Amino acid sequence: KGPGVHRRAEGFVCCRAREKARPKWGNPMQFLLICVSYAVGLGNVWRFPYLCQMYGGGSFLVPYIIMLIVEGMPLLYLELAVGQRMRQGSIGAWRTISPYLSGVGIASLVVSFLVSVYYNVINTWAVWYLFHSFQDPLPWSVCPLNGNRTGYDEECEKASSTQYFWYRKTLNISPSIQENGNVQWESALCLTLAWLIVYLCILRGTESTGKVVYFTASLPYCVLIIYLVRGLTLHGATNGLVYMFTPKIKELANPKAWINAATQIFFSLGLGCGGLIAFASYNEPSNNCQKHAIIVSIINSSTAIFSCIVTFSIYGFKATFNYENCLNKVILLLTNSFDLEDGFLTASNLEEVKDYLASTYPSKYSEVFPHIRNCSLESELNTAVQGTGLAFIVYTEAIKNMEVSQLWSVLYFFMLLTLGMGSMVGTGTAILTPLTDSKVISSYLPKEAISGLVCLVNCAIGMLFTMEAGNYWFDIFNDYAATLSLLLIVLVETIAVCYVYGLKRFESDLQAMTGHALNWYWKAMWAFVSPVLIVGLFIFYLSDYILTGTLQYQAWDATQGHVVTKDYPPYALAVIGLLVASSTMCIPLVALGTFVKRHFRKK
Amino acid sequence: MLWPLFFLVTAIHAELCHPDAENAFKVRLSIRTALGDKAYVWDTNEEYLFRAMVAFSMRKVPSREATEISHVLLCNVTQRVSFWFVVTDPSRNHTLPAVEVQSAIRMNRNRINNAFFLNDRTLEFLRIPSTLAPPMDPSVPIWIIVFGVIFCIVIVATALLVLSGIRHRRRNNKGLPGLDDAEDKCENTITVENGIPCDPLDTKGGHINDGFLTEDERLTPL
Repeated sequence: KGPGVHRRAEGFVCCRAREKARPKWGNPMQFLLICVSYAVGLGNVWRFPYLCQMYGGGSFLVPYIIMLIVEGMPLLYLELAVGQRMRQGSIGAWRTISPYLSGVGIASLVVSFLVSVYYNVINTWAVWYLFHSFQDPLPWSVCPLNGNRTGYDEECEKASSTQYFWYRKTLNISPSIQENGNVQWESALCLTLAWLIVYLCILRGTESTGKVVYFTASLPYCVLIIYLVRGLTLHGATNGLVYMFTPKIKELANPKAWINAATQIFFSLGLGCGGLIAFASYNEPSNNCQKHAIIVSIINSSTAIFSCIVTFSIYGFKATFNYENCLNKVILLLTNSFDLEDGFLTASNLEEVKDYLASTYPSKYSEVFPHIRNCSLESELNTAVQGTGLAFIVYTEAIKNMEVSQLWSVLYFFMLLTLGMGSMVGTGTAILTPLTDSKVISSYLPKEAISGLVCLVNCAIGMLFTMEAGNYWFDIFNDYAATLSLLLIVLVETIAVCYVYGLKRFESDLQAMTGHALNWYWKAMWAFVSPVLIVGLFIFYLSDYILTGTLQYQAWDATQGHVVTKDYPPYALAVIGLLVASSTMCIPLVALGTFVKRHFRKK
Repeated sequence: MLWPLFFLVTAIHAELCHPDAENAFKVRLSIRTALGDKAYVWDTNEEYLFRAMVAFSMRKVPSREATEISHVLLCNVTQRVSFWFVVTDPSRNHTLPAVEVQSAIRMNRNRINNAFFLNDRTLEFLRIPSTLAPPMDPSVPIWIIVFGVIFCIVIVATALLVLSGIRHRRRNNKGLPGLDDAEDKCENTITVENGIPCDPLDTKGGHINDGFLTEDERLTPL
């Protein structure tokens, strides 16, 4: 036992010295804020309202909250506890648990890298719209004129001015993914600026990140509150709110509602990317991460619900505005065709007058009838949109109709930018922590150089998304880079902590570290419920991919002015397969490699 | 004696100006939409003003300076308010070509609109497209200016942070070389000792030291 004790003692001294070198958060508030900033991202603003609308409005909150308690909080606590206990980034933490499992950390790193490549493109677009908000009139509120100035541009007429600005001016989108086109220099400039901002925030590690998050975590809430007040006072906002909150109870029986609630909670918290482990690794060991886990998950979900209220009041305003526009068009058509007195036809007497005209002038009415659109507030409200469509088309359409639209536009895109930057800073930290923890890399390069290199590589790859077909590649990354991989990673994480490291051992570690006993609830969730839930989600996703057969995407057709569905070409499918495989294959490959290495070392 | 002449004149008038006549244009006004409560009633005086404005526009055409108000004929006034008009030549036998009338109205559209407190949308000349106002195009797009400002600020802030980091590290290197060596030695220490990670050894004093206690040893075995 002699030499062993001596080695252990030496390890004790050195480890303490090494521990002094690890940076820490300035105060626990910074840790809380960066978790909030990382978790509260664009998904809360543009995916949750869509899900709420699709799956029964107010009644969607039931599966959402249940999934939060059963899945979100336990998994979040698990990741924070692992990070705080192992005091290393994702690779080091999982290698400590078991050398065969360092593949999990590498998989997290790969997923974070893929996410950071495409996520910053959203910030690029937010920057683009933000810079264009300083004009009067807003560029997406009017169509540009055609060649001889007698009318508006054809594509803009067929679509709408906001869609035109998004598809033509911002993306300059090509008709299909095969036609790559050139790099758009304006988007490339904005992408460079976005990456510079990210570099500025993460280059000093926790020192700079800790200060930035005060801003990125709090500003979105300020803007959301301002928008709530503005939204609720808009004409027609109540229509949207009533529509949203009327619960459609029978949607609770739809399994898709529950699956989507689980998926939303899972991805919204940023589990499995290594970010949470990285943040917690900079904590004091005695930090009460259970409290923080509960607080962060509650804040994340409350923000989603809060932004749902804001979104639906804006929806209601936009739907009412469009409905009234539609009615006015019908009134104008009838007034002009039958030469009625100007101002005679109003929304209230429209139906009676229509019947009167149909009976008095049947031939003329039948001529005009095909052109009369059926205006319906319900159908306007039913147009559920998610993702970039919601943020950059629907919201801008609502903003352009508000008074002082430049102010609202600046506020909104600034909020989008801070939400996106908060998540980017978290993802950047998730990538940098394992790299700076690694002795090989950090002995050659200082922290600033590593961050700079990562940002440079990401920016160069991100130029792919500024090409004309870039938005199609963006959709590929958005849909497939992180989904399956994260489910697998978190499943392996849960099993690793509970069964490989040992739940009892982990429990005693936590007790030693924080001083609090582990509640039975967490143990039950980690050991049984959460893995079963994740396996269920995994099976659902796989069967969904298999059943749909070929994968399809939405392409913009400039001649018709709306999106059309097309099939992915084979090389795009190959890229999708590569994206999923690159992260998931890390786990078995590294385990195999470690096994082979140990086998040869034994020999 | 005068009656046949009167009938002749009205007959010719009816011939020249009727809906879908040659060289005739339909005009449509939406006064209530434009002015709301301040809307005026469309009566024969307003029609006179309209005929005067059309005559004024025609007089601006080089070869038609002799156009009079009486050469402009209105017909089929409805309660919409909409009507048709034609412009005749001095002989009152033929109507002026549509192309001339169209270009004359287009040139003076703004004056005509202003005379009635209306705009291109509420005073429509069907078949006469209005020239849309070109959007204001500054020489340097505004977004590039904003971009340039933000870009410079970010570059300066980044440079400051990087430079201060380099200076800080250089000062550290000069001041405490010993600590760095100790840290370098630590990089080679094995982190896992007998399956137990190193870290719990240095938690705060008084906590369980896992290096020397396992669960079984807590209770002395018999």
